[in-house]
Amino acid sequence: MEIKADTTVCIGAGMCALTVPDVFDQSDDEGTVVVLRGEVPPELEDAVRRAVTLCPSGAISAS
Amino acid sequence: MSDLTLPIDRQRPLDPPDEIIELSRQASMHRMRYADGHLGWLVTGYAAARAVLADPRFSNRPEKMHPAFPARAALAQNGEFRMPPGMFLRTDPPEHTRYRKLLTGQFTVRRMKMLEPRIEEITNACLDDMEAAGGPVDLVQAFALPIPSLVICELLGVPYEDRARFHEDAKVLVNLETKAEDALAALGSTMAYLHGLIQRKRKEPGDDLLSGLIESGDLNDEELTGVAFLLLLAGHETTANMLGLGTYALLANPDQLAAMRDDPAVVENGVEELLRYLTIIHLGPFRLALEDVEIEGNLIKAGEMVGLSLPAANRDPSRFPEGETLDVTRPASGHMTFGHGIHQCLGQQLARAEMRIAYPALLRRLPGLRLAVTPEEVPMRSHMSIYGVHSLPVTW
Ligand code: SF4
Repeated sequence: MEIKADTTVCIGAGMCALTVPDVFDQSDDEGTVVVLRGEVPPELEDAVRRAVTLCPSGAISAS
Repeated sequence: MSDLTLPIDRQRPLDPPDEIIELSRQASMHRMRYADGHLGWLVTGYAAARAVLADPRFSNRPEKMHPAFPARAALAQNGEFRMPPGMFLRTDPPEHTRYRKLLTGQFTVRRMKMLEPRIEEITNACLDDMEAAGGPVDLVQAFALPIPSLVICELLGVPYEDRARFHEDAKVLVNLETKAEDALAALGSTMAYLHGLIQRKRKEPGDDLLSGLIESGDLNDEELTGVAFLLLLAGHETTANMLGLGTYALLANPDQLAAMRDDPAVVENGVEELLRYLTIIHLGPFRLALEDVEIEGNLIKAGEMVGLSLPAANRDPSRFPEGETLDVTRPASGHMTFGHGIHQCLGQQLARAEMRIAYPALLRRLPGLRLAVTPEEVPMRSHMSIYGVHSLPVTW
């Protein structure tokens, strides 16, 4: 699974970090999304998909 | 349906108005007459509401908006009225983006975690005072309002002793029946207070969010005042009403209350479910179409208003089956109580932290908690933009 995150679109709502803290964090200064790991372990793939639908700004995608 | 006006009176305290429920059964979008005669839209379906809120072709700027509530019509028609700078909720990109980016770092999931011990202290102090006083007490004044109020005041660096000055103004501002001139006066008085506070902080900075914003040098005093106002108001009215109304809802659903009290694993989702089920944003948000937009086969023309009923969207059966029941174990995330799109609530992780701590602390400390009046006697906030209880007399 490949994750793309666009910090220029991100509004820092934190739904991603709340949903899958193992994969997403937020930067301290702007609060925008930080992807913590390039490789998503299979057991987290569903959670990552959920995070993508929960993101209010469309900043993250997974394929 | 073109003469439909906005119904806000609820027949049952925990459910959206019957007219809205009936409409949402028929379709997800409806024509609706705004208070100045403008024929716009009302959205009650979950998918359509999400589509509107995520679409940059809709504006959130107030200048050309049509009023949904009669008492506000004069304010909107007064062409002089402009949002004070800094109230970025009512702006569009790129202006919105600039403000939002300055603030988002302060409200991250991680930062809110760091605040938890302090929220626990505040919560326990409220409960100590309640126990010492003995019941009956008004849960709003003793618990639901002081917790978020203290937390947001500390976070922003607003002296808590000054709260009486803006609590009164806040009540006037969120009352949908407030006359335009009274709303403007209340806005002016809180803005003047906050402007003075910002100027004091410029001279004597503290270790707080507003001082930090001043120091960063990105915003002028007018903008800082607007930002402070928005955060202060949002930090008060929302979580306080969630705690008050949420407790009322739990007392009306004893099995759900027991689950929230006894099973720590339920609390996180239980908070999401209370947010979904109660959806305290009565009516709105509203948006203005900047160009023609087609949503679910409906053509929204440029210049038309679109209002959303988030309570209806959050009970849309295609998204939340049996949405009319409170079930703290249902998967409730994805609700729209914090909105959607670029304006989704900045303080949502703070609100979650407060609720996750406060509900179980209250229910565990006072296991005999019950209403001190009949449920029908509890005064509901039917004409306020944020729904809830005006007071909640309880004993234990
Ligand atoms: S959920 Fe979306 S908008 Fe929010 S922090 Fe994550 S990527 Fe950014």
